[in-house]
Amino acid sequence: MHKVLNVSSLSKVYGPGCSDCFTLTGPQHDTNICPRCKSVVAAHNVSFDLYQGEILGIMGESGSGKSTAVKCLYFDEPPSSGRAMFFDATGKQHDLFSMNAARQRWLANHHFGMVYQNPHLGLNFGITAGGNIAERLLMSEVDSYTEIRSRAKELLTRTEVLTERMDELPKNFSGGMQQRVQIAKALATQPNLLFLDEVTTGLDLSVQAAILDLILEIQQEMTTAMIVVTHDLGVIRLLAGRTLVMKYGRVIESGLTDQILEDPQHAYTQRLVASAL
Amino acid sequence: MTLEPILHIENYSKHFDLHEQGTQIPSSHNVSLNVYSGRLTALVGPTGAGKSTVLKGVYRTYLPSTGRLLYRNGSNHLIDLAQADEHQILALRKTEISFVTQFLHALPRQATEDVVAQPLFQRGVDREESREKARTLLAAMNLPERLWGISPATFSGGEKQRVNLARGLIAKPRLLLLDEPTASLDKKTSERVVRLIEQLKDEGTAILAIFHHPELIARMADQVIELEAPCDNTQFLAEVC
Repeated sequence: MHKVLNVSSLSKVYGPGCSDCFTLTGPQHDTNICPRCKSVVAAHNVSFDLYQGEILGIMGESGSGKSTAVKCLYFDEPPSSGRAMFFDATGKQHDLFSMNAARQRWLANHHFGMVYQNPHLGLNFGITAGGNIAERLLMSEVDSYTEIRSRAKELLTRTEVLTERMDELPKNFSGGMQQRVQIAKALATQPNLLFLDEVTTGLDLSVQAAILDLILEIQQEMTTAMIVVTHDLGVIRLLAGRTLVMKYGRVIESGLTDQILEDPQHAYTQRLVASAL
Repeated sequence: MTLEPILHIENYSKHFDLHEQGTQIPSSHNVSLNVYSGRLTALVGPTGAGKSTVLKGVYRTYLPSTGRLLYRNGSNHLIDLAQADEHQILALRKTEISFVTQFLHALPRQATEDVVAQPLFQRGVDREESREKARTLLAAMNLPERLWGISPATFSGGEKQRVNLARGLIAKPRLLLLDEPTASLDKKTSERVVRLIEQLKDEGTAILAIFHHPELIARMADQVIELEAPCDNTQFLAEVC
């Protein structure tokens, strides 16, 4: 299994930033707001590796910086500092944060996929479900109408969206169905790296289960590397082989998921695991 | 049979630091043992002596506090399981080391034959071929055929235990960790299960196991390691112990 991603010392600060930002924030200070300059240290020194076919979980409460890390990697936000190397299927290296915006867009369109908690961020609500997938395929230079149409059908079937409804607008769909369309769209280009940001949060339990099963099946079929961001221990237990635990922008603990859940080392993780239902 | 152990544990100890309660819970203490290909090493001792903790340390579900757990992998490299990189541990779990825990954790919506076939799916074996092997094993364990297609969530303790065991045996691991594999089985079923374990052992699997029945230990174990209950580990007494 080859390495897909190497992230080192990724940091993101919202605000002017000062020399004390990193020393005066973090779990030991019980805040991520710099007391001197009032900047928010959303993430600091986040480092990890990701291999092909692996699902990495990033766990933490709201505001712990888990989504920020993923947003930087998907180019939704520029990082303040840090490095990230992406290795494509041919083994070619791409230095994510040193390339220009056009190049970043190209990489995201061709190699990455993102599924957001809020389907409004991942889907274009002004066009049909099939159109959303077509849009993504067009961006990765698939341009024959019949091919796009058949790929869209195939993807919607795979994610169990009735193909009879592919010409409807996403706003007519239930929340679970919108997530399925979003997943189909993200998978359209057969990405090497898929980001999933709280994708089951707010859905009915039965819908959650079906979406999670779908994600697992896809991972086994396509050996896509995934980063799953969630505050839900159940999602982590089910999907992730390894897990990072974040608090106040820092990774406070990382390890094999069963070890994190059964033998957590950090006081915060122990409390988190103890509060599971 | 090679003389080199597949697993060599040296002074393994594990304690748990509970930050919220401000206490330290001792478990396994200074355990040393060897496990060889085609042989079974049995762990015995009173409840709380840390027998399961040894198995979980080897599988890295627990992070060892001290000691070395040297594993000789299929390509004859020594790996300290206490220190090894997480990806390396995941790879070993996938291809060489199986753990049959006391309790079965399975999705309530997965068919029993798929639960059992899972380790083969992960190794990339064809789905139908994997299921066929799972069915053969379930039949050998005397699990009624009408149960194969449904989830083990509603099974009895003994049925779950056999599903769990079948999943551990199916891929013929190099090292098998067993935590009381026959605890909830009747005598006749237990006999069938024991024969399957013996068969695996004859084929060269190294086994580290916890058994409670003395007659099973006498029959199966090539080596017995006795663990003692940890002494009271208050700060004051720590050195005396």
